[in-house]
Amino acid sequence: MYAQMVKTGVDHIQSKEEMSPEERAFQDRVDQDIKIEPKEWMPEAYRKTLIRQISQHAHSEIIGMQPEGNWITRAPTLERKAILLAKVQDEAGHGLYLYCAAETLGVTRDELMEQLNSGKAKYSSIFNYPTLTWADIAAIGWLVDGAAIMNQVPLQRCSYGPYSRAMVRICKEESFHQRQGYDAMTKLARGTPEQKQMAQDALNRWWWPSLMMFGPSDAESVHSAQSMRWKIKINTNDELRQKFVDQTVPQAEYLGLTVPDPDLKWNAGRGQYDFGEVNWEEFYQVISGNGPCNRQRLRTRVKAYEEGRWVRDAADAYAAKKGARAKAQAA
Amino acid sequence: MADKKEWPLWEVFIRSQHGLAHRHVGSLHAPDAEMAILNARDVYTRRNEGVSIWVVRASDISASSPSEKGPMFDPANSKVYRHPTFYEIPEELGHM
Repeated sequence: MYAQMVKTGVDHIQSKEEMSPEERAFQDRVDQDIKIEPKEWMPEAYRKTLIRQISQHAHSEIIGMQPEGNWITRAPTLERKAILLAKVQDEAGHGLYLYCAAETLGVTRDELMEQLNSGKAKYSSIFNYPTLTWADIAAIGWLVDGAAIMNQVPLQRCSYGPYSRAMVRICKEESFHQRQGYDAMTKLARGTPEQKQMAQDALNRWWWPSLMMFGPSDAESVHSAQSMRWKIKINTNDELRQKFVDQTVPQAEYLGLTVPDPDLKWNAGRGQYDFGEVNWEEFYQVISGNGPCNRQRLRTRVKAYEEGRWVRDAADAYAAKKGARAKAQAA
Repeated sequence: MADKKEWPLWEVFIRSQHGLAHRHVGSLHAPDAEMAILNARDVYTRRNEGVSIWVVRASDISASSPSEKGPMFDPANSKVYRHPTFYEIPEELGHM
């Protein structure tokens, strides 16, 4: 998802008998759906896994501004431009909510920025694909934000208080993102034949990368099992992917667009769609740095950080000057 | 790459339009209170969430300790007579 393949550092799931009294009390609280708050005792692996997960999620929001920011100056109307600006601003806000949640676990903002800018931290594979036409912006809102919502809605119930509260805020705002995307897609699908073709092309480009967002099957993964035990992951990747396909296919049909999967077909027995295998080789290439835009994304990110330095310096200098003046007046 | 010193953390409180008290909504980093309020406007009130913002340096907040939750809050458990429902009022009196 926005956080993909998060490692927990454990090699097996402990039984309650193997746990220390503290670990057992902690797990009991999680089992009873009592939220864990920042200053309470927690297993070190829980803390570290959460830092990884929340910071990946935050980095994804920050990098996620780039593919869309690409179209702000070229949006087809002033209204679409204002909407896109608001959406990109929301993504920045979501990143900030999440960084703050991560910081309650004992990591600093500077460390998190350093991890992102040095290329050490991961972010979602989806943001390493280019936005070639305006229709890609529509497709991102509809599909990428749609997939994000699938994952974030259950995370509102996760065991860690600050993360859960950040998710509540984010989910409230995310629905606008998906709906404006579907709205823009509808305009194109009902437009000229060329516009409809643009919409279809964008669906063709974004469908499979959107399914990859959920990550490879984790039914057998010890990390996934541990995260679910800790309730920082609520559903398996396959469950969420299936749900996304079932929800999205009728939306594509409504627009008269074709989902680019020859194996896609309604399975009346299961009451769900059967669909083709995702190209996981492509996914592994993208998350290991070899997607179409990985280098460009990182370069742009570092450039923005460096070019914003004078603003931070000026704010610092102003705060120092004001502080000194206040002190002089008090003396 | 890291800046020399990290900006302090501010806790943000927002009062919504409906006359309720300021409520904690989250936190952010800023060099001073003035910038913290400006940033809080952009981060926490993009959709008319409030009509007033308070910011407090996180380091200025003192908190009760989670490990003392028992001794702090348990005493209230046994004082059921503090709730109106503890008292039975004859039905013929109507609402009280």
